[in-house]
Amino acid sequence: MPVNGFALRAEKLSREYQMGSERICALNEVTLEIGAGEFVALLGSSGSGKSTLLNLMAGLDRPTSGAIFAQGRNLSELSPLELARYRGRTVGMVFQSFNLLPRMTLEENIELPLRLAEVEPGDRAQRVREALKRVRLEKRLRHRPSELSGGEQQRAALARALVNRPAILLADEPTGNLDSTTGESILLLLREIQQSLGMTIVMVTHERPLAERFASRIVSIADGKLISDGAK
Amino acid sequence: MKPRDLSELALRNLRESLLRNSLTTLGVAVGVASLVAMLSLGVGLQELASKRLSNSGLFDTVLVSSRSNLRGLGRNGAANSPPPQGARVLDEDARKEMEGLPNVVEVYPQIRFLTEMRYAGTPYSTIVAGIPVSARGNGAFEGIQGTFFRGSRADEAILQMELAKEMSAQPATLVSKELAIRYMEREPLAPSATSDPARAKSDSRAEEGFSIVPREKKLRIVGIVETEPAAGFGGFGSGRLLIPLEVAAGLRAAQVNDLREALRATNAKPTYASLTVRAKNPSQVEAIETAVKKMGFVAFSLLDASRNLRLFFTIFDLLLGIFGSLALSVATLGIINTLVMAILERRREIGILKALGAADRDVRQLFFVEAGVMGLLGGVLGVVFGWFIGRGVTWGTNLYLKRQNLPVAHVFSVPWWLVLGAVAFAVIVSLGAGLYPATRAARLNPVEALRYE
Repeated sequence: MPVNGFALRAEKLSREYQMGSERICALNEVTLEIGAGEFVALLGSSGSGKSTLLNLMAGLDRPTSGAIFAQGRNLSELSPLELARYRGRTVGMVFQSFNLLPRMTLEENIELPLRLAEVEPGDRAQRVREALKRVRLEKRLRHRPSELSGGEQQRAALARALVNRPAILLADEPTGNLDSTTGESILLLLREIQQSLGMTIVMVTHERPLAERFASRIVSIADGKLISDGAK
Repeated sequence: MKPRDLSELALRNLRESLLRNSLTTLGVAVGVASLVAMLSLGVGLQELASKRLSNSGLFDTVLVSSRSNLRGLGRNGAANSPPPQGARVLDEDARKEMEGLPNVVEVYPQIRFLTEMRYAGTPYSTIVAGIPVSARGNGAFEGIQGTFFRGSRADEAILQMELAKEMSAQPATLVSKELAIRYMEREPLAPSATSDPARAKSDSRAEEGFSIVPREKKLRIVGIVETEPAAGFGGFGSGRLLIPLEVAAGLRAAQVNDLREALRATNAKPTYASLTVRAKNPSQVEAIETAVKKMGFVAFSLLDASRNLRLFFTIFDLLLGIFGSLALSVATLGIINTLVMAILERRREIGILKALGAADRDVRQLFFVEAGVMGLLGGVLGVVFGWFIGRGVTWGTNLYLKRQNLPVAHVFSVPWWLVLGAVAFAVIVSLGAGLYPATRAARLNPVEALRYE
């Protein structure tokens, strides 16, 4: 897999939380570089800090210390508005619990990032259809999430993450709520997208077999620290 | 986010909790309705009062009297003392001078005198008032039974309804009937009329006295008016028998101020108790009033009264507005409550929106638009409710007035500025109510919001 520069780079990245009188270090001086077009799995047990790292990469959170760069820009230095634009246009996110809005149809759910990015209404329908076709859900356009299976919902969430054509896809336990077969189909789809679009994918998981099977690189985290990093 | 997308999402959100949002909107509507109802009542009453006063034709008049007329209250011997320096006597010269002022249409004296009127052999004690023919357009003569005077010298009379009712059970039958008035004519006293020549020599003022001679005059009734024209102002107020001003002047009837002027004897010419100056239009009243005051007279116009009336109604409207706003302030709490509940319910959704690229500003605007839409709908609905309340109040009031044999009145008015103002106020208040929830929603931490179940 060719790597053209860094898509994401963390430098001594730390994130601490205050829990009452106690200070918890969720991430402790993690330094990591992810090349453009890589499929990286962040592997770790629950509470290891992998989701915290992913949230920092997504611009949903800010580090306590250190820096995180995405496509050359230091996310810590971005204004809230710039960070919101980064979330909407540079990265796409997929969550364990899908996070589709239940009262909207698939079409409306997938159109939402386009509305937020102020894409012209005339271009939206085509882009929604493209995204749904990519995840093979084009016939479910008018359905609501509750009318879909778990796998279909995750595919719809994937379509929503892709609709703004982001450079980086961040997936937080994308198979966590799915059975193994459906989970595998989702990861196959992720790999297919990564290969066809040349996207950078960072996936958080606690399932080593899946990570080993689908990711091109596995980064292990425990107690907020990076404990191993290597290509398969 | 573009305004259209923002509106679509906001309307979708409002539709999701239809019952709760409808009730909140209804609360706003009730608040606006109470505000509109209160203010419309104030505006309606103000318009009614202004219209009645305008119809009286007094907004274009200035009442003038001599400064000396107002002196002497509680001061011994003041009536005998000469007028204060600068106080001019209100006589024919003064009248002509006032007639020469710019924008003055006419200046006429107030003539009123007590009379004994006889009709069908029955005497009635009443006050006669001279009415200028220019008063034909006065609102008091709008509903006249019969006609106005045919001319300025016509020996005709118009009765005030109360007097007509005393004279006949069917007042309308009095029109074209004849009546007679008995009054005291003022006749100048010749010097020879003084019985004591020595006294006449010692007191030159005796030459300026007058004698009083009883006279009688026949008049034909031509009309009956419901209300007295210019009631309480301009001198006609207490007149129940109205005759043309020139006819009244020709009678030379003794008036109240005659005795005082005879005692004072400051001027050989006849003086007037007061004069009425009519301006071309009400906007010129103030300038004329100032000019008359500069001439050394006391001037009063309804401009002063209308100013006070405006002040009264401004305060009245303000109080009504405050009471009306109380319901709207309760509705405001309803909006805050609804939107705060919406934040709790949509916490995760806000997190998702932020993860998908929504800025704090987008979330804030979304809640603002929701509050604004509730305000707009509530405002429009409230104006409609308020209008119906007004119709109801007018209907009820007129029903009561009719039962009291009084003319119907529009006590309620919903002008356009009130409609637009009420809707705008409802939107502004709703946006104000949405400020806290919108800010709170915008500040939600997306990571925490996404964790929320």
